[in-house]
Amino acid sequence: MTNKFYNALFASGIAFILTCLMVGIKLDTEGTQLAIKGASAEQWTWIGLGIALVFLSQLFSDKIDAIFSKVPKPKLSNMLPKEQKMATLKPWLLALLIVGMLVWPFMVSRGSVDLATLALIYIMLGLGLNIVVGLAGLLDLGFVAFYAVGAYTYALLSQYFGMSFWACLPISAGLAALFGFILGFPVLRLRGDYLAIVTLGFGEIIRILLNNWTAVTGGPNGISGIDKPTLFGLEFSRRAKEEDTVLFHEFFGIDYSSSYKVIFLYLIAVILTIFVVYVINRLMRMPVGRAWEALREDEIACRSLGLNRTVIKLSAFTLGATTAGFAGAFFAARQGFISPESFIFIESAIILAIVVLGGMGSQVGVILAAIIMTILPELAREFSEYRMLLFGFLMVIMMRWRPQGLVPMKRPHLELNR
Amino acid sequence: MLRIENVNTHYGQIQALHDISLEVKQGEIVTLIGANGAGKTTLMMTICGDPQATSGTIEFDGEVISGLDTPSVMRKGLAIVPEGRRVFSGMTVEENLFMGSYFRSKAEAQETVKHVLELFPRLEERFDQRAGTMSGGEQQMLAIGRAMMSKPRMILLDEPSLGLAPIIIQQIFDIIEKLRDEGVTIFLVEQNANQALRIADRGYVLENGRVVLEDTGDALLVNDDVRKAYLGG
Repeated sequence: MTNKFYNALFASGIAFILTCLMVGIKLDTEGTQLAIKGASAEQWTWIGLGIALVFLSQLFSDKIDAIFSKVPKPKLSNMLPKEQKMATLKPWLLALLIVGMLVWPFMVSRGSVDLATLALIYIMLGLGLNIVVGLAGLLDLGFVAFYAVGAYTYALLSQYFGMSFWACLPISAGLAALFGFILGFPVLRLRGDYLAIVTLGFGEIIRILLNNWTAVTGGPNGISGIDKPTLFGLEFSRRAKEEDTVLFHEFFGIDYSSSYKVIFLYLIAVILTIFVVYVINRLMRMPVGRAWEALREDEIACRSLGLNRTVIKLSAFTLGATTAGFAGAFFAARQGFISPESFIFIESAIILAIVVLGGMGSQVGVILAAIIMTILPELAREFSEYRMLLFGFLMVIMMRWRPQGLVPMKRPHLELNR
Repeated sequence: MLRIENVNTHYGQIQALHDISLEVKQGEIVTLIGANGAGKTTLMMTICGDPQATSGTIEFDGEVISGLDTPSVMRKGLAIVPEGRRVFSGMTVEENLFMGSYFRSKAEAQETVKHVLELFPRLEERFDQRAGTMSGGEQQMLAIGRAMMSKPRMILLDEPSLGLAPIIIQQIFDIIEKLRDEGVTIFLVEQNANQALRIADRGYVLENGRVVLEDTGDALLVNDDVRKAYLGG
């Protein structure tokens, strides 16, 4: 008990010092001078209450834990139908899902289609990072760098050479892959924390480079007026920029509506995402997918079996980067405007959060988490100031309730009938 | 089959192996015994190419393998069961086994897996189970089975009896003899000198990074120095 008491005292002491510094003292401008002001009486009561809460929760942490463990946890596995039934239902469910995703945008508002497009981008990013972090077990904190490479590749090629989205998509992915490959080399010797630091640094290097290479990238002003994708040469704008371009609504003889463009972008995102999901799903079942997992589990055992860890790590990095490049090119096309602001560290953190929330290595989990992570901030728009707070709170809850992620990875296996 | 000649290995400034020369002939069980820190595991790892020998040559099947990197050495028909088993604990027995046949075709792997399961019926019972949930003995069987999956001509075993109950150790050694009868050459590193020498055709004694004795297994078993140092008088 005394141990607990000291612990609680210590924690509340730290809380006191931190809140006093951050909330209790304010800098204010009086004329040209800076003045330090104390907090109001009301704020002090709140601070006092907060510290008391910290003290009590530390003191009675055992009991609180006990209460938490009594809270019933919904069992997801019981809610799902039996495994055999699942197997027969699966193709139908998948087909239904895909058809639903294709039909859905024609029935809802423009805003929700736009939001769904954003969610799809995060799904792609999450799946890409899932290879690196979830499967190969390499902690990458600079994943957004590859996203930026993809986006800027398309933006620059479109601006300087007038290349179309469809031609740039593979180039963007390829260039992102090349960057992944280049980063892979110095990273190979590193593990765990050191690797995280190197990747973090790489993410910052790319962002700062984009910010400062004003002559090419436009620096902090970014690149605007990036061309939207076209449907076999048909453009989705109201008026043609040049004489010979054919417009979508003129070609089909329908009235112009701005939502066509939004829906078209959404459909592209759906197709890209399905492609990415399919390819990664195949890869995970291939020997190389197993090798990634094996490398995560035991590096020495991998080497004893003659696997080349350099090649395996590089392939994971490169494939993850390729996916991010895809997502980046699409992101640039969708926004029509990109700047280094879009590729800050917090983006990497969000993508990592998606992977962790969803359950490392699990595709379904990552997709689910990506949807939650994009839709939740939109729903919580009214609390915009407290959004990060909510985000943190959600993380804490998740780690207490389901540390293994929403839908933890399940190993595909076959039952043998004997 | 495996010939090691005047091999020296250093960890930075420290010399771990001094002029090691030994030979393992086709179809033999050769055992290497020695106290902790004598350099047994270092020798194993030097054969595998990490750390590289600073001088001397290692030949496998008449081909020089010293100087090659680990992945290329491991694909020459040589397999190692690393110290401490090191199975992939999150993966099933089946997946573990098929990791061993990573560089072979599916049909070949299917054939070998049958053979491995015949050798280790216990693994068949546990085929869909995660490797981490098995007992130490079962994990050791899995580690040996996994090494077998590449159909090696020679297996290096690094302390297969580590941390196992005597009865399980006996089983493991029985299996090692069975492997030899199938024509696989075996190089066995052991602390459990008594049992290792009993099944070995020949043995080497390593002390402070030097080979101090070499003889047949039976002769070493009755050798006074060996008895004093490793077999408890």
